[in-house]
Amino acid sequence: MRQRDINLLVFIVLLSAVVIWIALPDNPGIHLNLGSLRIDRSLRFLSGLDLQGGLQVLLEADVPADQEANFDARTMEAARVIVENRVNGLGVTEPLVQLQGARRIIVELPGIENPDQAIATLRETGLLEFVEAGRTPLREGQLIRTSLDVNPNQVFTTTQTVTPSVTTAPEVITATPTVTSSQPITAAESITGTEAISLTEYAYGGRVFPTLMTGRHLKDANVSTDNMGQVVIAFELTEEGSQIFRDYTLKHVGDIVAIVLDKRVLSAPVIKEAITSGRGIISSGQQGGFPLEEARKLAIQMKYGALPVPLKVIENRTVGPTLGQDSVQRSLRAGIIGLIVVLLFMVTYYRVPGALADAALVIYALINVALYKLIPVTMTLPAITGFILSTGMAVDANILVFERMKEELRAGKPLKTAMEAGFSRAWTSIRDSNLSTLLTCVILYWFGSNYGASTVKGFAITLALGVLVNLFTAIIVTRTFLRFTLHLTGEGLHKRRWLLGT
Amino acid sequence: MFNIIQRRYLYFAISAAIIIPGIVAMLLSIARFGTPLRLSIDFTGGSLMELRFEKLIQPGVVRDVFVDNGLGDTVVTTAGDERTALIRCKVLEEEQKVQLQEELRQRVGSFEELRYEMVGPTVGSEVTQAATVAVIAASAVIVFYIWWAFRKVPNSLRYGICAISAMAHDVLVATGLFSLAGLLFGWEVDALFLTALLTVIGFSVQDTIVVYDRIRENVPKRRGEDYETIVNRSLLETLHRSLATQLNAIFVLIAILLFGGATIKQFVVVLLVGMISGTYSSIFNAVPLLVVWNNGEVGRFLRRVFGSASHATA
Repeated sequence: MRQRDINLLVFIVLLSAVVIWIALPDNPGIHLNLGSLRIDRSLRFLSGLDLQGGLQVLLEADVPADQEANFDARTMEAARVIVENRVNGLGVTEPLVQLQGARRIIVELPGIENPDQAIATLRETGLLEFVEAGRTPLREGQLIRTSLDVNPNQVFTTTQTVTPSVTTAPEVITATPTVTSSQPITAAESITGTEAISLTEYAYGGRVFPTLMTGRHLKDANVSTDNMGQVVIAFELTEEGSQIFRDYTLKHVGDIVAIVLDKRVLSAPVIKEAITSGRGIISSGQQGGFPLEEARKLAIQMKYGALPVPLKVIENRTVGPTLGQDSVQRSLRAGIIGLIVVLLFMVTYYRVPGALADAALVIYALINVALYKLIPVTMTLPAITGFILSTGMAVDANILVFERMKEELRAGKPLKTAMEAGFSRAWTSIRDSNLSTLLTCVILYWFGSNYGASTVKGFAITLALGVLVNLFTAIIVTRTFLRFTLHLTGEGLHKRRWLLGT
Repeated sequence: MFNIIQRRYLYFAISAAIIIPGIVAMLLSIARFGTPLRLSIDFTGGSLMELRFEKLIQPGVVRDVFVDNGLGDTVVTTAGDERTALIRCKVLEEEQKVQLQEELRQRVGSFEELRYEMVGPTVGSEVTQAATVAVIAASAVIVFYIWWAFRKVPNSLRYGICAISAMAHDVLVATGLFSLAGLLFGWEVDALFLTALLTVIGFSVQDTIVVYDRIRENVPKRRGEDYETIVNRSLLETLHRSLATQLNAIFVLIAILLFGGATIKQFVVVLLVGMISGTYSSIFNAVPLLVVWNNGEVGRFLRRVFGSASHATA
């Protein structure tokens, strides 16, 4: 045994310990806090929609021919942000909202219970209202009834916990003769830190607040700064809106006018003075003004509260929870049975080397499982099939080596020489056969990712990972184990030929 | 030494006996559906619903609901339990789907939605395009790979063509069987079928190359032996490896087929059939074909067949 082999053996043992820990079903994840370095990773499997049930829907911008000119990447990004906000309101864990190509949005909602209602929610055009709240101190995120009750049933039903914002000094509306240094809002800026306030109950016992104006009356809303240098939101009303707002604010200084999107309060500023010009600013009552992010969020929601383009469903894949649950159990059972068959085959056919290859195969399986959690790879039925199939193929390299080894032994070579020759002479075959599988995987991956068929992609990823991991376990791990066993048993193994399966 | 190569024409006959019914099935499919294989909504676009009702159902009753809503070309089949309906129809708008399901609840009974898939026509044609490109790319890569593996061997073109013939054999066996299953059980080609087929092609070629590799190694070593003996020897030497490797893969696939999830049954069947066919074609087609070519038997064989045929007509 050379020093290098001992080092390798130690490495393999340590690696095995790490991958076993990662692969544990109830792994708590990595949560470290080392001063500036914070690691917060949960190590769980990501199950695909076919395993846990859920909805995958591809939405396409349905742009009328005469509006093609106004349509660009920004519009699409704005639509994505709005869809994402609505998805967050649905209370789904780990949703996915992504742009795909120039005019498509892919949405994945794992474990959603009512997919049809979810789709309706995503596609609905949001309703922005300016609501007369009188002196009632409405709070951000509250759900209220308004006099413009288009569809009283359209309420997100979720069980998410309520995190109402802390009562702060009320925001105020003031008039601005001119909007100073208006900072344009680019739609590409994503909204972060959305508090998922999802009250299922209407605030104030379902009291109906009168609607003053709707989003139709709002011309523009932007983040800006006032004379004091504080961040504010500057808005501009249409001609009709200016008229309504002037009449109202003249009589109601000191009252609250709430800005409400889909019956949810975005902001509830107090009217500081009459707004006669149709231009006003909303400033935070707090010291220091709005945090920039919050202001941007509010302005985007005011401006783009309604989807900038209508979205059409062009692909829909829904899997009910029953089918998924059944599949998980069946796949697990199939995988375990498959693995056991391969293990038994190797040990009966190749005896001692077979048993060592089995040990390497178990490490192989664990490394793969750990990688699925680390990368992470979304587990779907085809992905699991790819993994199980790769387990069956993984022993191919071992078989090539062991068959070479047997030939060398039959030719009368001593065991040690035969073993080393087996590994070195089988290498070209192993390389060639793995290369062709990898090439196939690359093509499959391309095919799968080209139109969002995550199923095909999953199969290609697990199969390719299997091939790569296998090059390590079948050659390096098995060889180290064999050298170590030879070192322990010496030529004793050589005399008991049946232990070698020859 | 056991002579495998000797009975080569028997092996070719067995292959033909499996492939020809498949080709007939594909021709019948073309006559019935316009394509050699039944295409799923992944390619054609359309909607598919799998609903499990609370009581036993008649497919006709379910179908009537769709027909009454102007969806005349709806196909409804029931799964083995007589409660689960698989409904195929044209692309449904979201609102239309909700309304149809509401009507189904009223007229047939309450159910649980196991699965719903809708693929718009644009997406369908994009998938078809991507699939075509994938198949062409895969074929190109495999041909290139074969050329690369045999670039230093004399008669490399011959090896390449024989390996590709074996690959075509596997593709024909798998698609032929699928076409037959399409006629008999309504199996439809989806994206996963293509995945299985490409995987099978990869494995098939790799299996052939291992044997050819050995022939390449043995030819200079055994100058005294004739080609047929060397080929036979190489085949026997690699037989253990081929069988051991393929058996493992086949065992695993059988495990998935017997115990795995229901939705990927067809995918696994294609993989399994392709794997078995790949093992067979490497041993019994790809290698004997080399001998046939080397001995110039093709011309002789053709002369014999057509010669006797002309005798018969005379």
